[in-house]
Amino acid sequence: MPPLGSLSQDLDRRDFDWYADKLVEILVFAGGFSAIILILGIFFFITREGLGFVFSSLDIVEFFTSPRWRPTSELNATYGAFALMAGTASITGMAMLIAVPFSIGAAVYIAEFAGPRSRETLKVLVELLAAIPSVVWGFIGLTLMNSLIIEVFDVPVGLNILNAGLILGLMAAPIMTTIAEDALKAVPDHYREAAEAMGATKWQVTRRVVIPAAKKGLAAAILLGVGRGFGETMAVLMASGHAINIPGSIFDSVRALTATIAAELGETAVGSEHYRALFTLGIFLFTITFVINLTADIIVRGTRKR
Amino acid sequence: MTQKLRILALLLAATSWMCGPPRRPGETSGGRAVLQNKGSDTLVNVAQAWAEEYQTVEPNVAVAVTGGGSGTGIASLINGTVDLANSSRKLKDSEAEQARANGHDPVEFIVGYDALAVYIHNDNPVETLTLEALADIYGEGGSVDEWADLGVEIPGCTSGEMVRVSRQNNSGTYAYFREAVLGNNDYKLGSRDMHGSKDVVDLVERTPCAIGYSGLAYKTDHVKVVCIAKGDDPSDCVVPSVESAIDKSYPVARPLFMYTRGEPEGAVKSYLDWILSDEGQCILLDKGYAPAKPVDCSNPIAGSE
Repeated sequence: MPPLGSLSQDLDRRDFDWYADKLVEILVFAGGFSAIILILGIFFFITREGLGFVFSSLDIVEFFTSPRWRPTSELNATYGAFALMAGTASITGMAMLIAVPFSIGAAVYIAEFAGPRSRETLKVLVELLAAIPSVVWGFIGLTLMNSLIIEVFDVPVGLNILNAGLILGLMAAPIMTTIAEDALKAVPDHYREAAEAMGATKWQVTRRVVIPAAKKGLAAAILLGVGRGFGETMAVLMASGHAINIPGSIFDSVRALTATIAAELGETAVGSEHYRALFTLGIFLFTITFVINLTADIIVRGTRKR
Repeated sequence: MTQKLRILALLLAATSWMCGPPRRPGETSGGRAVLQNKGSDTLVNVAQAWAEEYQTVEPNVAVAVTGGGSGTGIASLINGTVDLANSSRKLKDSEAEQARANGHDPVEFIVGYDALAVYIHNDNPVETLTLEALADIYGEGGSVDEWADLGVEIPGCTSGEMVRVSRQNNSGTYAYFREAVLGNNDYKLGSRDMHGSKDVVDLVERTPCAIGYSGLAYKTDHVKVVCIAKGDDPSDCVVPSVESAIDKSYPVARPLFMYTRGEPEGAVKSYLDWILSDEGQCILLDKGYAPAKPVDCSNPIAGSE
């Protein structure tokens, strides 16, 4: 517990306020540490459930290269996760193709060009977009977009990479916009003033001065969006078609890692091979999102230190 | 093994902490017995109807019904957290052993039958399919990948690709279809694996190229049901219906099960007896399933309609 320093003589009397103060201090301390304990606990739990399987019965080569995910087969259960990884990667890639231009563009407009009133309105609207539950997005994908994609592109099924990527892009865009806008706002005003003093137009200032200065923050925003894409479950489960398939075009149905866990874990006997294989997917997913978020965090810290 | 047991013990501890101490079936709480009933999504609608109706028969017994799928119900039976598990597939030997190892000897009851219908889009001209054709469509190594392979052209499905709609790999419907149609061969990869009986019908309704299987009770006017032939002669087919499920002429009709922990006694026994009585079976028939035994439902049941 840190010493309370110069305040201590005021706090000599152990009255109600003193105890209230202590209590709050302990609560805040516990709150701060609970995040660490929880993350370690989750890590420990996932590893314990899945790691035994990794070392005993999992064929690592099959896991990473075979598309055959057939955990409940009567003939020969196989645990190839390659198609699931390809599914997650393709949906996230599609989502980023949509979300990056939109969210960076929106952030630049809100931070650099918008007047005070439209800025406030836009910020509220962007935050509203982030408040839509993912199951609602999934429902839109399953019903509205499915029929629309079949009609517009004349493809056999509308539950595919395009559908899931579009939905996921729209879901990731608000958080990316908010973080990118923060990064642009963090660029000191005297950079802009100096550039304007040299006769640069508003666009030149933004493109040549502000964006390069904020590029690390923008990269972090994109990475966090990628992390969101990897982790999103419900909307992807509903909009992707949930088909084990190595995609050849954006109109192919795929299946994501997260969606596989969500769809299968609830009906699997605890401790069975299938159950532990799903936790192995969990370990893989956890590792990837952890690395992505850590990279984003390191980049953001890098910008703050300067 | 000890590792597994420890995990199980932890889980049990966690669940019993959430649901109170593990109860004996029929144990009363405040003068009322509460039966836990969980499992199959196919059965959940009728299980809920039973539970509601039973209130008027036996006000002292409340039945709490939860869905989640056959696997969920069976897992809860193994862990001893339910009195009755609903399942649309038979208990596997390994699962029965696991349950016995935990001290719960599962006892099986057939409470009804369900015809598993094959659904296609309303614009699809196909009327009949043989079981063999279905196996070629769904089974690993099967030769049918496009509608053209069956000589079919569907308006609104220009690519001709067959969009196979299936279920997630631990649903009872998935397991039964695999057993009855594919002879326990693996499914072809690349089917759209929906997470509910209703989702299959919904997707087929919106997708001209689609074919899917689901319980007959989920049929709507916006999808077409295929007539299934057991042999090679397509004209010798049977349309899925309650009648063809009762007389067993429809080849893809399956029994629906309820499992108890040990021989049922007390409140569990009276509830099961009531379900298997004419009154309980008529409710099942009313929901679109076939009763476990011939019943006469000409007298309207009190409370329904």
